[in-house]
Amino acid sequence: MSGNHPGLSNNFSRSGEKFSWSKDNLRSIKNIISKYPKGREQSAVMPLLYLAQEQNNNWISIECIETIAETLNMPKIRVTEVASFYSMYNTRPVGENLVQICRTSPCWLRGSNKITKTICKETKCEINDTSDDNKFTVVEVECLGACSNGPMIQINNDFFEDLDEESTKKIIDNIKEGKPNVIGSQKGRRSSENA
Amino acid sequence: MSDDLINIKVNQKEIQVDKNLTVMQACEIAGEEIPRFCYHDKLSIAGNCRMCLVEIEKAPKLVSSCTMPLMEGMSIITNSEKVNAGRKGVMEFLLINHPLDCPICDQGGECDLQDQAMYYGFDKSRYKENKRAVDNKNMGPLVNTIMTRCIHCTRCVRFATEVAGVPELGMLGRGENAEITTYLEQSITSELSGNVIDLCPVGALTSKPYQFKARPWELKRTDSIDIFDSVGSNIRVDSRAEEILRVTPRTNEYINEEWISDKVRFNYDGYYQQRIDTPYIKENQKLSISNWEESLKVLKDKLKTLKPLALIGEHVDLETGYAIKKFMSNYGKDNVECRTDNHAILESLDSYRFNTPLNDIENSDLIILLGTNPKIETPIINHKIFKAYNNDAKVFNIGENISLNYKTEYLGESLSNLNDENLIKALKKSTNPLIIIGSAFLNKIKNIKTLKSIFSYADKYKVITKEKNNLNFLNPYASRVGQLIIGNTTNNLCEPFFNLKKDNFELVLSFGSEHIANEQFNNCFKVYFGHHGDDGAMGSDIVLPTPLYTEKNGTFVNIEGRPQEAKKCHNPIGSAKEEWSILKKLSDELSFDFTPNTFDQLRSELFDKHPILSDYHEIIAVENSTSITPDIEFEDCKAEYPVSNFYMSDVISKNSVTMAKCVEEIISTPSLLEKSA
Repeated sequence: MSGNHPGLSNNFSRSGEKFSWSKDNLRSIKNIISKYPKGREQSAVMPLLYLAQEQNNNWISIECIETIAETLNMPKIRVTEVASFYSMYNTRPVGENLVQICRTSPCWLRGSNKITKTICKETKCEINDTSDDNKFTVVEVECLGACSNGPMIQINNDFFEDLDEESTKKIIDNIKEGKPNVIGSQKGRRSSENA
Repeated sequence: MSDDLINIKVNQKEIQVDKNLTVMQACEIAGEEIPRFCYHDKLSIAGNCRMCLVEIEKAPKLVSSCTMPLMEGMSIITNSEKVNAGRKGVMEFLLINHPLDCPICDQGGECDLQDQAMYYGFDKSRYKENKRAVDNKNMGPLVNTIMTRCIHCTRCVRFATEVAGVPELGMLGRGENAEITTYLEQSITSELSGNVIDLCPVGALTSKPYQFKARPWELKRTDSIDIFDSVGSNIRVDSRAEEILRVTPRTNEYINEEWISDKVRFNYDGYYQQRIDTPYIKENQKLSISNWEESLKVLKDKLKTLKPLALIGEHVDLETGYAIKKFMSNYGKDNVECRTDNHAILESLDSYRFNTPLNDIENSDLIILLGTNPKIETPIINHKIFKAYNNDAKVFNIGENISLNYKTEYLGESLSNLNDENLIKALKKSTNPLIIIGSAFLNKIKNIKTLKSIFSYADKYKVITKEKNNLNFLNPYASRVGQLIIGNTTNNLCEPFFNLKKDNFELVLSFGSEHIANEQFNNCFKVYFGHHGDDGAMGSDIVLPTPLYTEKNGTFVNIEGRPQEAKKCHNPIGSAKEEWSILKKLSDELSFDFTPNTFDQLRSELFDKHPILSDYHEIIAVENSTSITPDIEFEDCKAEYPVSNFYMSDVISKNSVTMAKCVEEIISTPSLLEKSA
């Protein structure tokens, strides 16, 4: 599979399965909607898209959009507009682990190119591609906001910072083998204290 | 000086304007033209094209004038070097990704981008990089898309959401990847969708049927009236030689504003299909080609012996109606009928017209729809109800539980649901309630008491007051109100056909009325005057060709009682003759009195007899005359809607290929609204 960044495409697809909110999410939704004034429930579309993406294997299908539109009582095209605007809503299926490599200047100066190469080699997939075993999708993204700890990557919800080729390989290997990883700095730094 | 006025300067000229205006509107009042793409009077303000930049003194940067509110003492400059440079810059950016395909673009010659690039842009491009290309989107059988040309003004998106009331269009992606599309590229389901073509300032959305047909400067413009519903939208018919190539709206703030329905915009290909171009006479159960001389001779002989009845169809203009009445008066009274659908009326004008001026509908805070589906019967009125709905009006519906593009509260299927508790409660609270009763009930009412009760009901709940009459009668036919005003009806107010049966007519003259095919006329000699061969013509003994509304001059009175003129655009097809001239000829031969020799004489005689009709474009004034009965009693009748398929409601649209495509792609494919319901 090759193509665009999964979050920067205007083409949505169906998953073929019905999407309905999980019990936990229904509870969260109630809470989220209550934060907005009456008549402004549609403002909750962004957190709901996020919840839907979490529940739906990390991507937004047409079914998700239709469910959200129904929940918030808003036109489907309006939900689609929001989902297509933000790059962090994936509009096509992604692998179990979405590897986002920061390529913005600070990380790039500290060698993000090497990290990209290592990841592509280890996961056996190109940028914007999903590996054959559906374990990884690799994308390059702009600044993720951990500049002082570059180069860095984000895998699903976790940041991995202060990377070099070796530590990157280790992280990927651990994921492949199902072993836990140390989250954050790979050099043992706390936050962004002086190295 | 009033509180609402403030002093500003536009290009050093001091003016006083309303403080609630924007800078752009103030500049327009001062006579300065501001270029724009995204701004449109009838839509919300977006401010995303940046073409309307102006300089405001003391402001560090140029300001987009469409979004900027006025302030006291503001000094606006629209002709400085800085403004010109700003416009040039914006124009250059807009043209970066715009293709240079004007020679093959349908918008060429009437394109805002083309015109403004000429006035405000550079004469050459400095852009060397590749232009982006965008896939074309499906928007249905009416709107053609070439999305590479789109400049993302979002007028179409705002129109669909705010005016048509179908939020199906949107802008996906962002920045260079922004694309306008319908949801999943489905067809737009609105009856007003064609208006996005006029709104689009570039050639991204153009008319599919008009594609590659003509250039605007080759077309002859004729002002006319939409006769496919009763609203009387003002239209402009563009033709070349003897063919109509497109229909566009004319602005009329009192009626259709800037919109027209898709039916009148696109059914013109049906004008030339299945036309009756020569007289026919039935021989051995089969219609065979005849000529005027022979057919009129046969008709004259029949008229000498048989007792005639005239039926008036839905597209008959006032002059023709008057000529028919004049001719039929030689045979006595009560022998002309335009209420061929059993439309119940009282004598007075306010019992069969839309009494609220159309642009006051939006001020109502409670609307009751009684047996009417305005969405498909009269899309323009539906738009006005949608406006009221957006102003927080409540809409109640009685009849069938129809699906509209706004929420209605359904009360039940019979007229007696008017006594619903919730409704009464809401009516008592309402300050400006409005009732629209449609043909679905009007055609079924058999007891005059019911009609009077509706008046009493309206009076009781302040729908009718001394100042206003908000009890409205809505029928979908362009001819009806006018024909009733000149009295082309029999005296049975509720069931006209009942009388016709009793009176034993032997000869039926149908002027475009398909009801000639009704069983009750089986034993009559039938003569059909019309332009399209359909059931009415098929079953007749003589068929005489008459011109279409675009092929003759004529007056139509719209549903609110406003006479308007439809002008002749080209000569009739084949040997069609205007109805009045046929009747004139017959009168001469039968030695009846028929003085007018020309159409103009006929018209001035009509206006002499009915002076209220001569004041074009003004609503006919009427005093609320209907007497109020104390008891309110509704008969039980089942609503039967006159229009079930918007795209095919009359002989002309039934013969239109474009309309057939609409049925296939919009109605037969389940719509977005239905799916979500």
